Amino acid sequence: MTKPRKQIHLAAHFPGVNNTTVWSDPEAGSHIEFSSFVKLAQTAERAKFDFFFLAEGLRLREQNGRIYDLDVVGRPDTFAVLAALAAVTDRLGLAGTINSTFNEPFEVARQFASLDHLSAGRAAWNVVTSWDAFTGENFRRGGYLPQDQRYSRAETFMRTAWELFDSWHGDEVVADKETGRFLSNPDAGAFSHHDRHFDIQGRFPVPRSPQGRPVILQAGDSEEGREFAAATADAIFTRHGTLEAGQAFYSDVKGRLAKHGRTNDQLVILPAATFVLGDTDAEAHEKAHEVRLAQVSEQTAIKFLEQLWNTDLSAHDPNGPLPAFDPVVGDSLIAKGRASVRMYRDPIATAHEWRALAEAKSLTSRELIIEVTGRQNFIGSPATVANALDDLVQADAADGFILVPHVTPGGLDEFADRVVPLLQERGSFRTDYEGPTLRHHLGLEK
Amino acid sequence: MTGVTGPRLAVALDGTGWHPAAWREPEARPGDVLTAGYWADLVRQAEAARLDFVTFEDFLSLRTPSDSTVRTDVVQTRLDAVLIASRVAPLTSHIGLVPTTVVTHTEPFHAAKAIATLDYVSSGRAGIRAQVSGSAEEFRHFGRREPEGVDALFDEAADYLEVLRRLWDSWEDDAEIRDVATGRFIDRDKLHYIDFEGRWFSVKGPSITPRPPQGQPLVAALAHIPVAYRLAARQADLVYVTPADRAGSASILAEVQEAQAARTGDSLHVFADLVVFLDETAQAAADRKARLDERAGAEFTSDAHIFTGTPAELADLLLDWHATGLSGFRLRPAALPHDLTAITDGLVPELRSRGAFRTGYEAPTLRGLLGLSRPANRYAA
Repeated sequence: MTKPRKQIHLAAHFPGVNNTTVWSDPEAGSHIEFSSFVKLAQTAERAKFDFFFLAEGLRLREQNGRIYDLDVVGRPDTFAVLAALAAVTDRLGLAGTINSTFNEPFEVARQFASLDHLSAGRAAWNVVTSWDAFTGENFRRGGYLPQDQRYSRAETFMRTAWELFDSWHGDEVVADKETGRFLSNPDAGAFSHHDRHFDIQGRFPVPRSPQGRPVILQAGDSEEGREFAAATADAIFTRHGTLEAGQAFYSDVKGRLAKHGRTNDQLVILPAATFVLGDTDAEAHEKAHEVRLAQVSEQTAIKFLEQLWNTDLSAHDPNGPLPAFDPVVGDSLIAKGRASVRMYRDPIATAHEWRALAEAKSLTSRELIIEVTGRQNFIGSPATVANALDDLVQADAADGFILVPHVTPGGLDEFADRVVPLLQERGSFRTDYEGPTLRHHLGLEK
Repeated sequence: MTGVTGPRLAVALDGTGWHPAAWREPEARPGDVLTAGYWADLVRQAEAARLDFVTFEDFLSLRTPSDSTVRTDVVQTRLDAVLIASRVAPLTSHIGLVPTTVVTHTEPFHAAKAIATLDYVSSGRAGIRAQVSGSAEEFRHFGRREPEGVDALFDEAADYLEVLRRLWDSWEDDAEIRDVATGRFIDRDKLHYIDFEGRWFSVKGPSITPRPPQGQPLVAALAHIPVAYRLAARQADLVYVTPADRAGSASILAEVQEAQAARTGDSLHVFADLVVFLDETAQAAADRKARLDERAGAEFTSDAHIFTGTPAELADLLLDWHATGLSGFRLRPAALPHDLTAITDGLVPELRSRGAFRTGYEAPTLRGLLGLSRPANRYAA
């Protein structure tokens, strides 16, 4: 007997504030007007995607002590825009990234429970931890949280939020006009949580929502993060999108589920993925190169170099060779408010690798940055891309993808029109929604 | 309102209405208060009657502060008001949407972008009612600190609103430039740190959300005491007050006037709150209130004046009080949808027949409906 064909899960990431988003494209629209959010969400729903996804950033990025101005800047409030999108979509899941450092469990639980009610069961929470005092300068709490408490607070935050969601069982609101009984249980919503992070008690005001609690997404990649996800998440947002890396991550994380009493289909693994389509593979590759040039302008190339070299390179020629000196190593970083700068764990070694690569391939500084920073995951004709996506899913390198278009808001149109029908023909993607809630779409509830 | 001299009208939506037994009325929909459709129906009805705005009550607790305990015989459950307002915004086009936010426990940075976003998704119809909370229960839900005295709570609220206003201005209107030649998406000289430092919090800024369509969404507050009038005079565009009669209206207006002596720019709009029981005869309205009181087991009381009567009698009262200098009224329907329907289908036509209420919306934004200008940006050179 052959295994039934795995079904692909797809999500649409609203283009964010990285250089991935090409605002200079003539087709690029507003990143803040509601019409752009409506357009992308409705395209995703027309294509029967599982959910719409919003990232988070609670302080504008800076470099060289000034606000970073080369990428898209500005975004809406996550809860307000997702609630509004619930009015113009019917089935599409609505996922928001909300961190556990600059919020309180009572408030976040109340907002997600409200969103789940107002969307009739379509809310999802991407739980992230924030680390920096830089972002903390915008909040009451400030930047007091030591880095080693990030996961501890995040885990406790989420478990506390669960206690709040679970403080209602779903049968308490009887609203019997005759007898005058509105609630069947005088203790509905009671909670009490006391630990080193949260010391709270009282009554949670939102009755159990259609999904019970929002779908939980996580993006942790460290040992601690993977374990946290295996224990608590419904879906993981990963960077491991290639066959080998994807399979390794997939089997590692799915392998952790059993000890938490969970089965393989209770955690959906979704790498982030970019794509460039063309009528032919050759045309797609040409377009992909143009996209890369637009993503890495001369000015952006310099800023990327500065992030590794950790010093002002405004006088450096982007069309010349890499800087001849080594990066400045120290605790003070030139770039603030972005996660990627912490990826250069050994800047001097990375600089040496880059220099070797640039020399071997005769690359200018800008060409080198184009080469080493975020290339497109899927490039090709609709058939090529559909095959590649499906093959990765069938080979257990992923359960689906969170697609990141590079143009707002029309960047998903071509994928919806040309790739999705091919995935449907292959029997790997739904032709219509089978249930009302996001948990249904993700196969978490049947 | 162009060519119309009567009072402005808002409706305060809360649960199934302001009377605790309202949910047991035949038309009431107590099982629907957690659904989007329930709120959309009410707001669309208010918009069809061309009301200025609707408000959404909120608390960070299950019971309302006026109930001493959790009760099983009243509707105490509630959803986040900012989310309800955002959810109905795309389904409406002209009516103002003013949710309550409890400023004592929430983050001003989050609230500023949430209300700015409500302004975007409603194309310029957002407001916020800032509510101070002294409830010990709400403090325990956050667990960060002990309740403080009234003066401290209002001082904190003033700081909070100052932060909101600075954050809304922290982007100049033309900050986004998309200059391909220099590779710059924004002109960062047009983004501003707000550098607020106060006793309760410090906020650096700028906002992550660009300046909202109205520039400054409407800020409202409910006030019963001088410290609240002073807060409203310093930081609000509109204040709800609770006079018991015409003379009370005049004396409160004098107090508000005194509180705003130092205010510059647009003067403060003053709306009187009234709880309304409306029926075809005054007797029917009084009887309905008596019946609801009996079901609730106690006579209904309120901080606001309780009106029972016909829409025409209410129109008389509104016009009489309006003459003392009030901008308008925020009507709290005792029972939904009954008293909202009496407002939209009874009171509004009655006021129109006297030339005292609009027949169509004359402005696309809430500030516009209230005759408020789009404010200049405090940071613009």
